[in-house]
This record gives sequence, structure tokens and C-alpha cells, in this order.
Amino acid sequence: MEKFTTLTSRAIPLAIENVDTDQIIPARFLKATDKQGFGDNMFRDWRFDKHGNINKDFSLNNPKYSGSILVAGDNFGCGSSREHAAWALVGYGFKVIVSSFFADIFKGNALNNGLLPVQISEGFLKILLETVEAKPETQIVVDLKNQTISISNSDVSEAFNIDAYKKTCMINGYDDIDYLLSKKEQIETFEAEHF
Amino acid sequence: MTTKKTLFDKVWDAHVVESAQNGPQILYIDKHLIHEVTSPQAFNELEARGIPIYRPNKIVATADHNTPTLNQDLSIKDKLSRKQLEQLSENCKKNGITLYELGHKYNGIVHVMAPELGITQPGMTMVCGDSHTSTHGAFGTIAFGIGTSQVAQVFASQCLLLTKPKSLRVTVNGRLKNGVLPKDVILYIISKLGTNSGTGYFCEYAGDVFENMSMEGRMTVCNMSIEMGARGGMIAPDETTFEYVKGREFSPKGEAFDKKVAYWKTLPTDEDAVFDKEYYFDAADIEPMVTYGTNPGMGIKISETIPVDDNASFKKSLEYMNFEAGESLIDKPINYVFIGSCTNSRIEDFRVAANFIKGKQKADNVTAWLVPGSKQVEAQIINEGLKDIFEDAGFELRQPGCSACLAMNDDKIPQGEYCVSTSNRNFEGRQGQGSRTILASPLVAAATAVAGKIVDVTKDIETLELA
Repeated sequence: MEKFTTLTSRAIPLAIENVDTDQIIPARFLKATDKQGFGDNMFRDWRFDKHGNINKDFSLNNPKYSGSILVAGDNFGCGSSREHAAWALVGYGFKVIVSSFFADIFKGNALNNGLLPVQISEGFLKILLETVEAKPETQIVVDLKNQTISISNSDVSEAFNIDAYKKTCMINGYDDIDYLLSKKEQIETFEAEHF
Repeated sequence: MTTKKTLFDKVWDAHVVESAQNGPQILYIDKHLIHEVTSPQAFNELEARGIPIYRPNKIVATADHNTPTLNQDLSIKDKLSRKQLEQLSENCKKNGITLYELGHKYNGIVHVMAPELGITQPGMTMVCGDSHTSTHGAFGTIAFGIGTSQVAQVFASQCLLLTKPKSLRVTVNGRLKNGVLPKDVILYIISKLGTNSGTGYFCEYAGDVFENMSMEGRMTVCNMSIEMGARGGMIAPDETTFEYVKGREFSPKGEAFDKKVAYWKTLPTDEDAVFDKEYYFDAADIEPMVTYGTNPGMGIKISETIPVDDNASFKKSLEYMNFEAGESLIDKPINYVFIGSCTNSRIEDFRVAANFIKGKQKADNVTAWLVPGSKQVEAQIINEGLKDIFEDAGFELRQPGCSACLAMNDDKIPQGEYCVSTSNRNFEGRQGQGSRTILASPLVAAATAVAGKIVDVTKDIETLELA
């Protein structure tokens, strides 16, 4: 897993609530048996119409927006457990997703793929969306070590929470398999006592 | 004084291998269910890192998400789908994992086949790379969906690293009206609580309504826990549960079964145990439900009108559905009806539908697909004579699988068309690009297919004979 410490980037606004994983990566693209290529089909049916023409009204297609931070509406990532959603966002080039609320399974999947979910207050989300929409060149700074997200060259900032263990994993690029394998003895003892 | 524990606490605590201070816990997993879509990358990961599968005998595999529902005996036409299934077979063979592949007498949707085979038992921890794993909570099991990285973790260690979720209880007391089915109960709860009220929680369903419900009904309810954000839902095991589990293929037999039952009886939530959040509903307030929007929380009683809301996402959703705020769904013409999915594809669902359909005809404008949850359900449909009822009425009985619930295979609803569906998600394009899903019970779905439009089943509900 790639390490994450800080990121300074422009952001793309997605002011829609309850973005579900079926939108992030529609089921018809889940037939692959590896993790590659999902970025091409991320938000497929919002980015393109059924004939493959670009939907110019969709913020990700607006040339004035760019960057590796996605600022999305409340309850991002609800629905299916498909980790393909995280692979698609990473494949497209996102490193951070900002929202006022994340669905559980998506949040875990993101963290397991080095994609940082930053949960902020509804008020701060509103400020971020308005700022990015008005001034797309705005740089957003995400500092994982200090757990802050701020608008560059301003005093607009907010602290965010992250599980201490997951924070260590993100900063060092560790994953849970390494940790669990280091606990083999305890797992075997548990099995001996219970089965 | 001993601490009062919830059903969830009891099962969870019995599976904790180790707790880090202020950190996550290592939770032992009793059963790991896998399918073709969310497992291949996990097998690849382990192989690339040279890690063996730790406990292959605790894994059961089925092919369900990406399988055809016609001509299952023939080679699958779509190259990518065929490859995905072949890879599942290869991975299972290589690693000594039991697989009920396409055509096997035990094949079926993962959340239908595991309970009916007795693989699912009270007090277990179960996971699967599928968010509707919450279904198995109907047995008093901690069961939840996981991502593919976690599938790899369970492969490697039979454990997961987790932070214990908070507890939530939804109590529904009273008597359900005739024609109000388990699907209506859960759609009603989600419409009241919204799609993220359960996020971060594990939910217990309690009260007369669930105590009086069949195991199949309980599975329908627990199945949709994830649609209100809860990782899982649970119902305390009782005589109904024990009776269901008894005698199934993989359930314990004889003395071993009695010993298990004695343990299972200790699992229900202690009186006075405290939940982090509680909600109460009255069964008498629940009516047959339909959804009108693009998430399962957007539901109304079939006799109600679509609410008015100024929120931009709400408006976007109605625009997608081509519905107006304030209007009723009654008399909306419907061209597609789907009865199936891990929510409603068990024999009781087909009995309800058959009882309504018997002696009637499907409307000409409707394409009606009936997709059993498993080979065993398919056999029951045939043996009980329901197949004849369906076919005489113009319905199409197809072969088992997830089918049009997520439309990964060819079972897709065309662009712009409405489908009254017994599945669990009405997300944009869920049943095919541009399709519009209206979630409902098997009764409402059957009535829609016969009328060719949405009808107010509450009007003659008192006289309806159900199963």
C-alpha cells in the first residue's frame, strides 16, 4: 500500500448526497479478476451518456476543475461492499475523498487502498464546496499527521478524526494482513481453546 | 453485579482473539462465504505474497452474481463472465475450498444457499464480500459484508481487525395487518430512519413482530439492514430458529445439536442491557410499501403520495425517476416485474406470489421474471406445483442467481423503464443503465404484474389469502 502523509492539491466538487458504490463503479464493470482499469469506468453513467458522449454538466468533466481530492456530499460510498469502488477512485487518480459522512464498508475499503477518507462537519463541507466552485484554483492541504484539512493561504481549517491504528497504517503503508500474520500464535491458541 | 449484555455483545465477545489497548480487536470468523466477483483479487493477493489460505475448511463458495438465469447447462457466452467463473473454480480447486458451482444441486445466491444448507447457525461470526451478508443475522449470527482486502485478510488468518460497532435496537410491537409482509416492515423502518442512521452500528430487531415472523421473513428484514447503513442486523434465536436449523445438511445432529441449542438459548439480550440507540414502531402503522426515489430510504406506503422536499439531491432523484413531488404511484404503468434477489427469493416469497396469481393472468404489457434464490428453491417451486401456476399466468420462471437485482448478467431492465422489484436497491441504473427501480414486497410485485400498473393492494387486503 502507498504511504500517505500530506497532500496539497486542487479539488473537484461533487455536491451530491448519498453517492452509492453502484454510481462509483456500475456492476457491469465488475467482471475483471484483477484491480486494474476500474478508473476508466469510474462514475461511468454520470460522466458519459449511454452512447459514450461526455456529459458536460458533470463536475468531473468540467475542465476548470482538477486535482486528486474529491469533495463530495453527505453519506458517500453507501450501498454495495465492492472494493472496486475504491480501486476505481484510486485508478482515476484520487488520493483523498472529503465528505461530511462516509458509509462504513466504503471507508474501510478506502483505507485499505491508501485512499484517505476525510470526514468533516457539514458546515466545513459547505465552505469547501463553495470555495472550490467559486475559485477552482484553490489549493487544499490535507495533513494526516496533524489530522487537519485547510484551505491554503488562509486560516480556514478543520481537524478530522481517524482511527489511530489506521493512521499508522496509512503513514507507513502497512496493511492488516501483516498485522494479522504477526498474531498467528494467538489465533492458534484461540482455536485450540474453542474447537 | 455482572454486566448486562446484548445478543451482539455475547456473540462478539466470544470471538475476540485479542484486543489492542484503545485499538481494534482481532475477531475470529467461523464461516467465510465467497463468490466469483469479490474473491479473485484476494486470491491473487495471497498468491503474490506467498501466503497460504489458513483455514480452507471454513470457507464455502458459490457462483451467483454473474451467472446466467437461462441455459445454465451451456457454456457462458460472455467471455469475461466465463473467465470470472472459471477462475473461481480454479481457485477453489487449488486451495481445497468447497464450491457449489453453476448447476450443482446446492448452487444458489450465497445468502439463500448457506441458511438452507444449515451452514448458517446461531452464535456464529460470518463474513462475505457482499454487503447483504447481514441476512444471516436472522439466526442470531454476527454476519456482515466485507471488502476484498478483508476477504484476503480472512483467507490469511481466519480473522479480521475491527473496532467494535455501537449497538442499536429497533423494536416493533403489535400485529401486522393482512398483506403486510416482512419486506414492508423493513422498507417502513428504513423510510423512517433514513439510509445512514445505522452507520457505525449493529442493529438488533426485537418485539412481537419479529418473534412471530418465520425465519425466511427474518432473513428479508436482516438482509436490508445495510440499506440503513448498519453493517449488520440480528434477531435473537428462539424455537423458530432451532426448528429451522434442525436436520439441515450441515447443521449439528443428535446430541451435538442439543448441546448447541442449550448454548444458543443463552444468547438473547439480557433484560436491562443498554443500547447506544433505540427506536420503537407500532406494527399497526405499517402498510404495503413502495419506493419512489433512488435510495431505499425513499419509501412510502402504497396509498401515500411522494413527499415534497427542496433538497437538491432529492430533486435530482425524482428527476431520474420521472416522478413529481406530491403525486401518487397508484396507476403508474409498469412494464417490468422482478421477483428474486437475496431479499425475496425464498419459497415463502414464491408461495405468496403464487397465491395471488393463481387463476389470474399477467398483463400483456408486463415482462415478469421469477428468479429463485437457489437450486433447492427452484426444486420446491416445481414440486409444490407453483411453476405451473406461474407459467399458466404468463410469468417466466428462470434459473437461480442474483439476476436483475444488480444486472451483472444479461437480465437487465431497459433504459427509462420502471421495474417493480423485490430486490434491495433502487440506485440509479442498478437494474440496467437508465432503469428505474421501485422496491416492493412479492405481493405488491405480483399484483403489479397482473394489473400492468401499480395498484392499491390495501383495498382488498383483508380478503386476500396469503400462503
